Amino acid sequence: MTDSSDYIVDLQQITFRRGSRLIFDGVDIRIPRGKVTGIMGPSGCGKTTLLRLIGAQLRPDSGSIWVNGQNIPELGREQLFAARKHMGMLFQSGALFTDLSVFENVAFPLRVHTELSEAMVRDLVLLKLQAVGLRGARDLMPDELSGGMQRRVALARAIALDPQLMMYDEPFVGQDPISMGVLVRLIRLLNDALGLTSIVVSHDLAETASIADYLYVVGDGQVLGQGTPDELMNSDNPRIRQFMQGEPDGPVPFHYQAPDYLADLLHREQK
Amino acid sequence: MSVISRVALLGRAGLDTVSALGRSGIFLSNALLGRTRFGNSFALLLKQLYSVGVLSLAITIVSGLFIGMVLALQGYNILVGYGSEQAVGQMVALTMLRELGPVVAALLFAGRAGSALTAEIGLMKATEQLSSMEMIGVDPLKYVIAPRLWAGFISLPLLTMIFCVVGIWGGSLVAVDWLGVYSGSYWSNMQNSVEFVDDVLNGMVKAVVFAFVVTWIAVFQGYDCEPTSEGISRATTRTVVYASLAVLGLDFILTALMF
Amino acid sequence: MRTRNLELTVGAFILAGLLALAVLAVKISGLSPSSAGATYSVHAYFDNVAGLTPKAKVTMSGVTIGQVTAIEFDKTRYSARVDMDINRKINTLPADSTASILTAGLLGEKYLGISVGGDDEVLADGSEIYDTQSALVLEELIGRFLLNTVSKEE
Repeated sequence: MTDSSDYIVDLQQITFRRGSRLIFDGVDIRIPRGKVTGIMGPSGCGKTTLLRLIGAQLRPDSGSIWVNGQNIPELGREQLFAARKHMGMLFQSGALFTDLSVFENVAFPLRVHTELSEAMVRDLVLLKLQAVGLRGARDLMPDELSGGMQRRVALARAIALDPQLMMYDEPFVGQDPISMGVLVRLIRLLNDALGLTSIVVSHDLAETASIADYLYVVGDGQVLGQGTPDELMNSDNPRIRQFMQGEPDGPVPFHYQAPDYLADLLHREQK
Repeated sequence: MSVISRVALLGRAGLDTVSALGRSGIFLSNALLGRTRFGNSFALLLKQLYSVGVLSLAITIVSGLFIGMVLALQGYNILVGYGSEQAVGQMVALTMLRELGPVVAALLFAGRAGSALTAEIGLMKATEQLSSMEMIGVDPLKYVIAPRLWAGFISLPLLTMIFCVVGIWGGSLVAVDWLGVYSGSYWSNMQNSVEFVDDVLNGMVKAVVFAFVVTWIAVFQGYDCEPTSEGISRATTRTVVYASLAVLGLDFILTALMF
Repeated sequence: MRTRNLELTVGAFILAGLLALAVLAVKISGLSPSSAGATYSVHAYFDNVAGLTPKAKVTMSGVTIGQVTAIEFDKTRYSARVDMDINRKINTLPADSTASILTAGLLGEKYLGISVGGDDEVLADGSEIYDTQSALVLEELIGRFLLNTVSKEE
């Protein structure tokens, strides 16, 4: 059904609603294996929801989600937890376990999923921490770290089990330029060094465009456009152009839907 | 029109309640049933026994002591009018074992440990720790929720027994050492009227039931809360209110069935 | 080291809880496993046992020496039969001792008091105390008191 060799994730005709609000309306997205794919769009358009659908923390109302040849919404609880071992997710807040030290946070997936000896766990944890440059911080608690460092520890934890698919949820939000630069480099580096497939969900245009091999722009429950960063920059579609160029007004209006301004003002005086 | 919308509102509240009950039931069975594959589940339970049980010990002991002392004081003042002040031991012991022990210990537990459980789990949810655990392939119901449930189930009956003993001892402190009731009659009156099965064990059955209900409510409210700071504070309040009402209501039903 | 402290405190907590249960069982509800066997059983018939219950204490000079085990109505003698267990160490009770139903305080609970007789024979397992004094029933007492006053006035 799916060509699992070229595409690691294949979303087909996904429909998802939250309450009465339609978030996705028949969306098709394919994530090429071994590449960094960026998913971009304005705030609140359901980018994070997309990652949660792939990670099966949410279920679509209809459509299928193929990851490595398995249709995620059809899996049972046990199979699902097994499938998730091959996925890593970096959450917006880092989501480190606050009652465990940095070392124990990174060791956590290894301890629960493997029977490795303590010496082996230690070697692996130090390896992962070295990769994100925080080997020296291993005895600190998460609340002693800055936001950027927390995110790097979370990244080390996410790659502890050597997943095939890494998902980044808004990795650049609230970062100073230095840690932003560090993260951008790390995502690219890890992807190429470990042979991962990465999905970066973000609305930070420049950073995402600089590392992504392929981009999707979503909005209004639809895929507005896709292509390499260069293709999208030169797109004819006005909505994509507005987003890519960051223009305040355009197809996405600056004003929230409202009655005519003048009429509104006059109406009040009449009262 | 407004009557119809009121009826509709009532209906929606009913549906919400039923669906919350259903969700909490599924939640409980998922957390407790099925095997846990973690070799360190004993260590997890130990940690929770400490934060749920040991940390509630101080407030339990102090409250038990004062309640026992007050019971003895009030009981003495009333009984002395009938010349039966030696029955004060029996009165303190029966009141503690049958009612005040299980109920007050459960209320204290809901306020001290229950609210902490809700806030802790709610915060883990708000900071995406539960989600990230899921994505690591670990079921938070098994890893986070189950040890907390078991810790609550184990801790409250133990706390209740300690509460009763301390309370009865506090009663003897007031009645015997302060008010001068003969210590032999304080204890022997008590021993004659307290039945191990009818009074002590029935009181412990109450404690076990309360432990189950209070911990369940606390943990579910945390797990089900809206993951914002406002949602956590509302869930914490709900834990204390629901748990207290459930304890008092169930106490009446259990008393009617037992005694 | 931290885990060790944790284990120790939790262990102490559980131990304290179990100890509390033991205290509740032994000290407060008077459950003692050795009470059986170290006693001998005697019985007595009363016209009225109102208020006496099983597990009530049997005392002598105010000291508890045993407890009531069963109370039932004997339909051939039309009176109440009270069985009691008495501590085996108290084995020199004269056979003509008196058993009376007494009340602790005005509203206190009923118990059995035994006063010594003068017989050479002693009570043994299964023997009967013939001399008994029934419970004081308040209504009867008041009734008798009223009757007395009425007859005096006449």
